[in-house]
Amino acid sequence: MARTAALPRSDTPAAGSGVAAGAPAALAQGLVKRYDGVTVVDGVDLTVERGECLALLGPNGAGKTTTLRMLLGLTPPSAGEIRVLGHRVPEDARAMRADTGIVPQFDSLDPDFTVRENLLTYGSYFGLSRRQVAARIDDLLAFAELRERADAPINALSGGMKRRLTLARALVNDPALLVLDEPTTGLDPQARQHIWERLQRLRHDGRTLLLTTHYMEEAERLADRAAVIDGGRLIACDRPRALIAAHIEPHVVELRGDAAAGWRDTDAITTERVGATVLLYSGERDGLLAAVERHCGNDYLYRPANLEDVFLRLTGRQVRE
Amino acid sequence: MSGYAGTLGAHLRRAPRPSLRFIPVWRRNFLVWRKLIVPSLLGNFADPLLYLLVLGYGLGRLVGEVEGLGYMAFLATGIVCSSAMMGATFEALYSAYTRLTMQQTWAAMLNAPLSVDDVVIGEIAWAATKALINAAAILVVTLILGLAGGWGAVLVLPVVLLAGLCFAGLAMIVTTVSRSYDFFLYYFTLVITPMMLVSGVFFPLSELPDAVARGAMALPLAHVVALVRPLMTGAWPSLIPLHLGVIAAYAAAAIWLACALARRRLQT
Repeated sequence: MARTAALPRSDTPAAGSGVAAGAPAALAQGLVKRYDGVTVVDGVDLTVERGECLALLGPNGAGKTTTLRMLLGLTPPSAGEIRVLGHRVPEDARAMRADTGIVPQFDSLDPDFTVRENLLTYGSYFGLSRRQVAARIDDLLAFAELRERADAPINALSGGMKRRLTLARALVNDPALLVLDEPTTGLDPQARQHIWERLQRLRHDGRTLLLTTHYMEEAERLADRAAVIDGGRLIACDRPRALIAAHIEPHVVELRGDAAAGWRDTDAITTERVGATVLLYSGERDGLLAAVERHCGNDYLYRPANLEDVFLRLTGRQVRE
Repeated sequence: MSGYAGTLGAHLRRAPRPSLRFIPVWRRNFLVWRKLIVPSLLGNFADPLLYLLVLGYGLGRLVGEVEGLGYMAFLATGIVCSSAMMGATFEALYSAYTRLTMQQTWAAMLNAPLSVDDVVIGEIAWAATKALINAAAILVVTLILGLAGGWGAVLVLPVVLLAGLCFAGLAMIVTTVSRSYDFFLYYFTLVITPMMLVSGVFFPLSELPDAVARGAMALPLAHVVALVRPLMTGAWPSLIPLHLGVIAAYAAAAIWLACALARRRLQT
């Protein structure tokens, strides 16, 4: 993959935001959201440190997007305190959003404009003049690898290109904080790698990243810390490695097909069933593999524990709508 | 967190907070319009012009003079008003609804430092601009055809812009509560079409039964016609503060309500 242009954050000393150097990028305390008596976010405390990448994980309907919307001042909390980039939210959400970039879950690129016009127009919503955006536009296009497509209409772009443009668009105001709601959902593996590479670069440039995702691999690769939300509550928040160490035995075997069907649970090995797959967890590798080989020979997959195991154990196995 | 309750009452008690941030919203729509200037001008322009020429010619031969004007001139002054209403209404219904739902343009704007009020006011300002463009186009044709004239005709433009804010605001109320395009048909059938037929666009209010004429004066379009018709034909309107007051009151109330409804819909 060609090395693309870096997009370092211009080092304006926290332009007018008056944020203390050590203060977190985002802080939520006792966050609650009720809709018609139904509580969708139920007392979430969350801190996003400056310069870190925090991933919000959770099944559908867990309250991830609602939490993000409250942090961004797009919907008022039913209770709780929010501070983002030093601004009180939702009261000062406008000032906060001036220094924040948002990549929404659903495509909201402007179909009436070309790639370049999308960036110029979006910049105008931030009060940026054509000239101010024009000065950044080549870097943004290079970052999104869309230089050759600058004058293409939006409907001529692939899904991956649209996502990259949406990411570039969110950088038009050189934000300190980038908030991404499922940034790679629906993308093919190449396009996903593309986005990951760019997000990593943005973090290295010193920006703070807050993202939601369904993909545990994404969280493991990108996030300094992962926060697991279920039923509107924050049930765990730590570095991915620490979460794995705290919640899961390190050695995992997956059985499928006949090997899974014939497996009989034993006391020595933790067994979980997900659909037609049997997952076996153990603190001790040799004993686990010996037991499995006695059962089904070589018809198994051995791997180290990962964040997906943590996620399944913490949020349960039933399918969420 | 009081004051952030999501009920309509709470939103209605909070006045819209206009800011100059509405300008980029207006400008975005203007730039798209400019890209498609030929078909959009033709569409907004050809329809009322056809009405004017065909009805004006055909009916004009039967009717002769109305209120001291040739029927063609009478009709032209009315159609300037109705085309302003139609221009603002269509833009604030169909086009704004597309940007609110299908295109998610509003969502993108709200991710920037724009508020719901900025977006709604920007959309209404743009729809009013469309009213101005439509009315101005018809006005120019009537001037060229010699159906209207005089310096008063220039004053039609600010009146039409105010009318545009009024009709855009009313349509935006419908847009912010609508769940599909089909809903707009009710607004046309129950509000816009009856208003157009009884407000003195095609024939004088005095031809209507008294009760209907009085009812028409409760609606904004009759007041627009009452201002625009004399201005275009070299006379000076009577009761100017009343007419302007009614249109402005409708505009202010509609914009207030539309902002509240949009906040209720979007800030959830």
